[in-house]
Amino acid sequence: MQRPDEQGFFKNLQRWLEPLLVPVLAILTAVILGGIIVKVVNGDPIAAYRGLIQGAFGSPRALSETAVWATPYIFAGLAVAFAFKGGLFNIGAEGQIALGAVFAALIGYALPGWLHTSLPAYIHIPLAVGMGMLAGAIWGGIPGALKAYTGGHEVINTIMMNYIALNLTSFLLNGPMRDPDPTDLSARTPEIAPSARIPPLFNIPGMRVHWGFVLALVVAVIIWWLLWKTTLGFEIRTVGANPDAAKYAGINVKRTIIITMAISGALAGLAGAIEVTALNYRHELGFSTGYGFDAIAIALLGKTNPYGVILAALLFGAMRNGATRMQFLTQIPTDIISVIQALILLFVAADAIIRFIYRIRAHEERVVLTRGWGG
Amino acid sequence: MNGRRFAIIVFIIAIMFGTVVLVGISKNTPLVIITSMIATTIAVATPLTLGALCGLYCERAGVVNIGIEGTMLGAAFFGWLASIYMNTIFHFPAMPSLIVGVMAAVLTGGLFALLHAVLSITFKVDQIIGGTVINILASGITGFLNRQMFFGAGSVFHGNIPDSPGVLPTIRIPLLADIPVIGRVFIQQPIAWSAIALVIITQIVIFHTRWGLRTRAVGEHPRAADTVGINVIRMRYFNVIIGGLLAGLAGAYFTLESISSFQPDMTNGRGFIALAAMIFGNWTPFGAWSAALVFGAAQALQINLQFFRTLIPPQLAVLQNSYVVGLAPYLLTMVILTGLIGKTIPPAADGKPYEK
Repeated sequence: MQRPDEQGFFKNLQRWLEPLLVPVLAILTAVILGGIIVKVVNGDPIAAYRGLIQGAFGSPRALSETAVWATPYIFAGLAVAFAFKGGLFNIGAEGQIALGAVFAALIGYALPGWLHTSLPAYIHIPLAVGMGMLAGAIWGGIPGALKAYTGGHEVINTIMMNYIALNLTSFLLNGPMRDPDPTDLSARTPEIAPSARIPPLFNIPGMRVHWGFVLALVVAVIIWWLLWKTTLGFEIRTVGANPDAAKYAGINVKRTIIITMAISGALAGLAGAIEVTALNYRHELGFSTGYGFDAIAIALLGKTNPYGVILAALLFGAMRNGATRMQFLTQIPTDIISVIQALILLFVAADAIIRFIYRIRAHEERVVLTRGWGG
Repeated sequence: MNGRRFAIIVFIIAIMFGTVVLVGISKNTPLVIITSMIATTIAVATPLTLGALCGLYCERAGVVNIGIEGTMLGAAFFGWLASIYMNTIFHFPAMPSLIVGVMAAVLTGGLFALLHAVLSITFKVDQIIGGTVINILASGITGFLNRQMFFGAGSVFHGNIPDSPGVLPTIRIPLLADIPVIGRVFIQQPIAWSAIALVIITQIVIFHTRWGLRTRAVGEHPRAADTVGINVIRMRYFNVIIGGLLAGLAGAYFTLESISSFQPDMTNGRGFIALAAMIFGNWTPFGAWSAALVFGAAQALQINLQFFRTLIPPQLAVLQNSYVVGLAPYLLTMVILTGLIGKTIPPAADGKPYEK
């Protein structure tokens, strides 16, 4: 973050807006290309985008739903961005979210029964959410430890952990954790106890936005503080920038890698835990499909900066939310959103293409995000 | 492939085959079961083998490609779409439709690889990010088009899924296929046979031709290669695209050889397992193939255990659960990559863009 100085308001404005230039142009280009694709398959792109915007921002309720969608995206985007800061690529957010949700749900519905007593909300909610974070931290920490001690690349290991988590949740939700109610035919857990539920922000029917959204904003600030104002954050960023230099500077690189992945996993687990405790009140198979990959796009679009992640997550939340209305109005499948998001990611990752199209000269230094098999 | 790794492979395969034999012994003779396991293993290892060869061409030339998964998925979809178009709209018979489908799949693979090449070689995008872009893009495009073309209102096929022209017919190796019982191993479909042929061809190309020498040179020390007049950029482009064509063929396996339909995200991580096979095989064709066979065996174990489901003794009831057995290939990938693999040495310039 730059501090505004006295000389030249416009110069400052320019300095603030410049990092936004490439992402905004990337989004614009992706939206235009998405419109062309809609046109090619015989849709009406203008009507589609109008429906999209209406669905995302058209009413207080639409805005509330956008915030609801953005909440897990902020947590998951922070998870991936945090790992990037430490030079690690966490493709495993998907699995970490699922396990976070499963274990938050478990504590949510089963703990009162185990203890034979009801719990006050101020104990039950933190326990459920904390358990979800712990599950995510373990699921992220394992590939971290494997990377630190055996050199097994986190990209492959986190992906394998996704599939393992998927099978594990399918097993749990179809078996031991399945809702015992015989009328419930889908593979999902029982509803969590009322004491484990995070309340909505407004007491208005239909406004589902909940305190989890506020928590997401707070966590983004905490992550920024952790990264830029603490010793641990400095160590993480140093290991990310240059592990060899970090080692010579006396930083325990192995420990830092494991901590980075565990915190990253905990953030993803938090995404799942909040979805369960504040929104769905249970975990259902397949609810979080695709969040992990969206999170990568969000982290890159936000340039791995916690505040950038918030903006990117709000955009993605708006798109996902508006897509339903778009499909209702124009019969264009919501999947087009995935195409547009992939294109955004493409242009943000390959900012050289955007600079080439719009003839922008590069000012910023390139950040190293990941390393190949050797490093 | 060193002795240690060979021993690991034999050991893992023995355990997996042994499990199935023990479970199925009351129904079939061990020879029948083992033959069936080998036949299934070779078949399901096909996309892994081809995917690993794709990774091998790319990485030997110094380009990391984790977009194999998406490339295969895109190829699976467009190959399938092309075969249905030929069959339903242009009324071609099944066999020519399937062949056009395979060609379309291979071409799709090449195009995805071209995108990866443009991103990673020309624009010097972080190669792992570039590959991730391809994976997300492929998942989005195939999911969107699949729904839009087949299920949406006003779609090409008006909401009716047309009959697909089926799957590629099996090819019997003469004489060998006539041997009683074990002859079954020698009856496989064309992409499975091509995969084995391509392993041998790749071995020759990479290690015994000028092309291979140059490829390895730009993957190990691009500056030195450049100095002696090898066009680094061109070599990398061609190898990435060759890899893409192979991944495209792997994609065709899913929708034109294995089953005759497309499901969103049907590749299910095979592209990544293929990469693990390539790494375990130490960037050599035969190494990658044997690793692909190990992962294939894990999948064959899953398939055969489902088949013998009712025979599983109650003490091993956990093996009846398809989700638990379904973990096998993924767990095996992690165990092999981290615990058993020992040291592997990637090409020295792997993943690094070449700056002149």
